Amino acid sequence: MSTEVTTLETPSSAPPRPPDPSEAAGELQIIEPSRGWPRLDARELWRYRELLYFLVWRDIKIRYKQTALGAAWAVLQPLTTMVVFSLFFGRLAGLESRTGGIPYPIFVYAGLLPWTFVANTVSSCGNSILNEIHLITKVYFPRLVIPLSTAGAGLVDLGVAFVVLLGMMAWYGVGISAQLLVLPLLLLGLILAAAGVGLFFAALTVAYRDFRYVVPFAVQLWMFVTPVIYPPAIVPRELRWLLLANPVAGTIEGFRAAILGTPMPWLPVTVSLAIATSLFVGGVIYFRSVERRFADII
Amino acid sequence: MATSLAIRTERLGKQYTLGELNSKYDYFTFREMLVRTMQAPLRRLLRRPAATPARTRLWALRDLSVDIQRGEVVGVIGRNGAGKSTLLKILSRVTDPSEGRAEIRGRLGSLLEVATGFHPELTGRENIFLNGAILGMTRREIQRKFDEIVAFSDVERFLDTPVKRYSTGMYLRLAFSVAAHLEPEILLVDEVLAVGDHQFQAKCLGKMGQVASEGRTVLFVSHSMGAIAALTKTAIVLQQGRLVFHGPTSAAIEHYTRLNAAQDEQQFSPRGRSGTGRSRVLDARILDHRGRPSRMVAFGRPFSIALDYETTRATAVRAAITMVSAFGVELFTTHSDDLEPLTLRGQGRAICQVDPNYLAPGHYSLRITLYDLIWEQDDRIEQALDFEVSMLESAPSGLASERAGLFKLPLAWRLEP
Repeated sequence: MSTEVTTLETPSSAPPRPPDPSEAAGELQIIEPSRGWPRLDARELWRYRELLYFLVWRDIKIRYKQTALGAAWAVLQPLTTMVVFSLFFGRLAGLESRTGGIPYPIFVYAGLLPWTFVANTVSSCGNSILNEIHLITKVYFPRLVIPLSTAGAGLVDLGVAFVVLLGMMAWYGVGISAQLLVLPLLLLGLILAAAGVGLFFAALTVAYRDFRYVVPFAVQLWMFVTPVIYPPAIVPRELRWLLLANPVAGTIEGFRAAILGTPMPWLPVTVSLAIATSLFVGGVIYFRSVERRFADII
Repeated sequence: MATSLAIRTERLGKQYTLGELNSKYDYFTFREMLVRTMQAPLRRLLRRPAATPARTRLWALRDLSVDIQRGEVVGVIGRNGAGKSTLLKILSRVTDPSEGRAEIRGRLGSLLEVATGFHPELTGRENIFLNGAILGMTRREIQRKFDEIVAFSDVERFLDTPVKRYSTGMYLRLAFSVAAHLEPEILLVDEVLAVGDHQFQAKCLGKMGQVASEGRTVLFVSHSMGAIAALTKTAIVLQQGRLVFHGPTSAAIEHYTRLNAAQDEQQFSPRGRSGTGRSRVLDARILDHRGRPSRMVAFGRPFSIALDYETTRATAVRAAITMVSAFGVELFTTHSDDLEPLTLRGQGRAICQVDPNYLAPGHYSLRITLYDLIWEQDDRIEQALDFEVSMLESAPSGLASERAGLFKLPLAWRLEP
């Protein structure tokens, strides 16, 4: 199709200068079709750190606005789960005799704490892009901010639930050991694993809504191959590799060991951290390589 | 001089894949995607190109090369689907171009839609910060402009009320106010002014004029030729994704009108049809004051509506036309036998002359109905024709100015001592 382009001279009136001469040069931005490997562009991400902060802040505010119990929910959820699990798995299934002398409630709570964070982060991360359709199709900012902000909101809940743990430790007379210093590293491992898996789900959910049903289901199954409610020792030797391949199994084991002051299982922890890191890197790469299509296909 | 350019695009293009129904994506199913992903390395190894799926591809924008100087206020004109919004979306980086490139010099802000990211549960104060951050402002910047934003929006008293309790007007005022204080060097505006009441629209226009006078670059998309003419000196015209004109606004609007007139041989596109079918409207069109088919008529100039009909009834049939505004308000209905006992028989053409034409500039649609003598509906077409009344040529007397209302009536005033 040939179309003629008519261009007329614009009447030349001297264009007024921009108000601030220091900005006159302006930052040059080039928009091109993106090809090949995506760049992480950490500098841009850093520039949008305040947006990340505001999104986390929004999520927390919204969650507890209009709920009668407010922040108590962050405590009630793991606490009731702990009570129920203690009753069913500890008492009825007889797991309380397999924990190596540690009271089952605190054993399971120390596992539930990191697991709840992982589970919540993965599922909210998975839905995050879909939930922000109106933003994605209207404004530009690094899309990574959205899924990452869900991890931030989860961390706040984790913090609240951790206070309860300290109370339980005092109640059960569990001393504080120097191993608690490993917690930040383990927490990082949890964040990387949860965000890594969540990023894959977030990107996939945009194109294939099926994943909205896959994610909760997958998370549920995931819990059973993670030593949350049982000690890894009860897993038969020939199935141990399954735990090792699980990006959070070692970390959660380590988490529990750090809190209860039992020997730190360094091998599973290291393997988990390595897997979590590569999952995160893979998740970011995948996410960035498909994010450019989000606005078109959502 | 390259440095005074704010925006430069070179052969910019965007292609969309039109899938069936809901599947707008490149792959139909997850399974297909997996298969392709697996095949890709193998294909590359065998140097065999991937089979391109036979799906309709559409260029929403193509070959757009345009230079926009710093401080210029440029209108973007074109029919729906001409690529206006796609252009703004590419420039604001919401979507990626498929080919070509664009260079943008300076901070860019867009008003593709106000209230983006507003959350109903949050208070006005909280939303100012959230929305500001989403639009790219830093916290310090928002704090600095906070008072100004609040003052502009007139919602001081409700700052700590969740915005879900706001009236639509308050909500929009607050949202626009945040966006307006972004102070970008380049501002993209897309029809945001279509929402809100007249007073609010006037305020938005005023703010945009102010932004423009401060020497910022503005790209302004609108269907309202009045707004384009009032705010811009230059304009570009897009047609089916291509740039067809770039020059002074008045010439651009003229070009656009001619383009529409030429294109609108076939205007009749019946939507929402019902009735017995014993009589039918075969074709309908708007004829401008020169008697040429057009989708755009000038304010103040008479135009006519021509219907080609056919009836199998032996008795006479009459036609009715209802004028409907863009917001769905029925303005008036006229019957073919209102003034003279005119009835339709067999096959023929009925012409309704709209004279005088005091419809305010804007978009309108027509509902056409054919009745038999006892008001049985033979053919009812909810939306038979769409057209626009524009303020193109010099309007009679002082009626050219913007004002509220669906009609602009030249009414007589007099003074009494």
